[in-house]
Amino acid sequence: MRTFTYSRAGTLDEAVRSLTGNPGARPVAGGTNLLDLMKADAMRPAHLIDISRLPLDRIEDTADGGLRLGALARNADTAYDDRVQTRYPMLSKAILAGASAQLRNMATNGGNLLQRTRCYYFYDSGTACNKREPGSGCGAITGVNRIHAILGASEHCIATHPSDMCVALAALDATVQVLGPKGARAIPFAAFHRLPGDTPHLDTTLAADEIITAIDLPPQGFARHSTYLKVRERASYAFALVSVAAALEIEDGTIRAARLALGGVAHKPWRDGQAEAMLVGKPAQAESFSPAARAILRDAKGFEHNAFKIELAERAILRALAEAAGVEHP
Amino acid sequence: MPQSTGRASVAAAPAPPPEEIPVTLTVNGVERTLRVAPWTSLLDALRLHLDLTGTKKGCDHGQCGACTVLVDGRRINACLTLAVMQDGRAVTTIEGLARGETLHPLQEAFIEHDAFQCGYCTPGQICSAVGLLSEGKAKTADEIRELMSGNLCRCGAYPNIVAAIRQVMEADRG
Repeated sequence: MRTFTYSRAGTLDEAVRSLTGNPGARPVAGGTNLLDLMKADAMRPAHLIDISRLPLDRIEDTADGGLRLGALARNADTAYDDRVQTRYPMLSKAILAGASAQLRNMATNGGNLLQRTRCYYFYDSGTACNKREPGSGCGAITGVNRIHAILGASEHCIATHPSDMCVALAALDATVQVLGPKGARAIPFAAFHRLPGDTPHLDTTLAADEIITAIDLPPQGFARHSTYLKVRERASYAFALVSVAAALEIEDGTIRAARLALGGVAHKPWRDGQAEAMLVGKPAQAESFSPAARAILRDAKGFEHNAFKIELAERAILRALAEAAGVEHP
Repeated sequence: MPQSTGRASVAAAPAPPPEEIPVTLTVNGVERTLRVAPWTSLLDALRLHLDLTGTKKGCDHGQCGACTVLVDGRRINACLTLAVMQDGRAVTTIEGLARGETLHPLQEAFIEHDAFQCGYCTPGQICSAVGLLSEGKAKTADEIRELMSGNLCRCGAYPNIVAAIRQVMEADRG
């Protein structure tokens, strides 16, 4: 690891001040991804600001009937929180599908949103990667690309976002609360992560001097009809090849609202309003799901080693929707 | 390699190494003060500064679990946290589990069930299992397997590891 300096922020304002005008500085909380990337020399901050002891670790009810997840609450504490398990079971399931028990004890909610791709080329500083070294090229497009994107990729980057938690947060329409030198702002979850385009070094719309303070969940948690399905290379402790967060609101056997988010397929959790709209008004039965599954994948494009993900995603969507609806999966 | 231009990879200008930082840890019940460089992992602090080599360095990337220790009673990967970040906290390593000559029940159970071959992953497996039992989320063998998935065993002693943990879990439950 390269050398760096370290300080601990006593207050949130102090942390924001230390980041402002200091592009070599990065906040560290759980450290599980950042320190790993620093060991790999894929990230090289000159200064770490330890924000892990700031009082942003609470999980609290909000006035509108939703739930506020503190940015520094640990992933394990969030997944096992009674309110999360009861009101947002899809989120709890998604968090517990990710990483290991040890990592979930360390990793924070804010850090989960900011974790970076596990693209092999991003991690290997001896190869070309536009995300790590803008302008150097993309090793994955013509290289080994089994774990890479099938949706929303660009000629500059085909990396995927690795988080499970974020797929559920996307489906729930969460809001990311952040604080920067100009004050606080709220970022809708769909606008937090971005597609690579020609600036793949930017994973999110968070500014370098902003800090995530909380993630707000709206009141509708789809507790009765939702699930998170993860397909991966081994039974546990592996990143998703494809994952699906599926949530339905069902009234008298008819779908009244639908949410569908995919993980492991794009640079951000993938949603498609058109596909979701195709489910609304349909009977909550297996026959209703295929058109939406095909619609969300209509622009999917495979590369040499990952074309299998297109059919895998379609099948995973059908299974997840059946599970969410509580009907037999054919 | 081209010079970095993105904020994702801002190179540190050549500078003298930063000062070492004093850190106080209560390790296996004993308060220890040491001076570490900012980039010293908790794992390296335990092994290199405190000579507690029971905690193993396997992958050093949080993938194998050999470095699992308990910080304030919770299991974590010691390779993915900085010693300075744990200042003031209580760390329990494999060396701190026995009471004198009396082994921890999990240590006894690992011996009884032959839950290791080469033994390199064993300190991490046992510390992880201590954490698992205090978390209290696993009730079945499948749940033990799922919640122990952060600890790899290249010798493949998994069935015996699960049996050992299960025995202690059921004895605890009475």
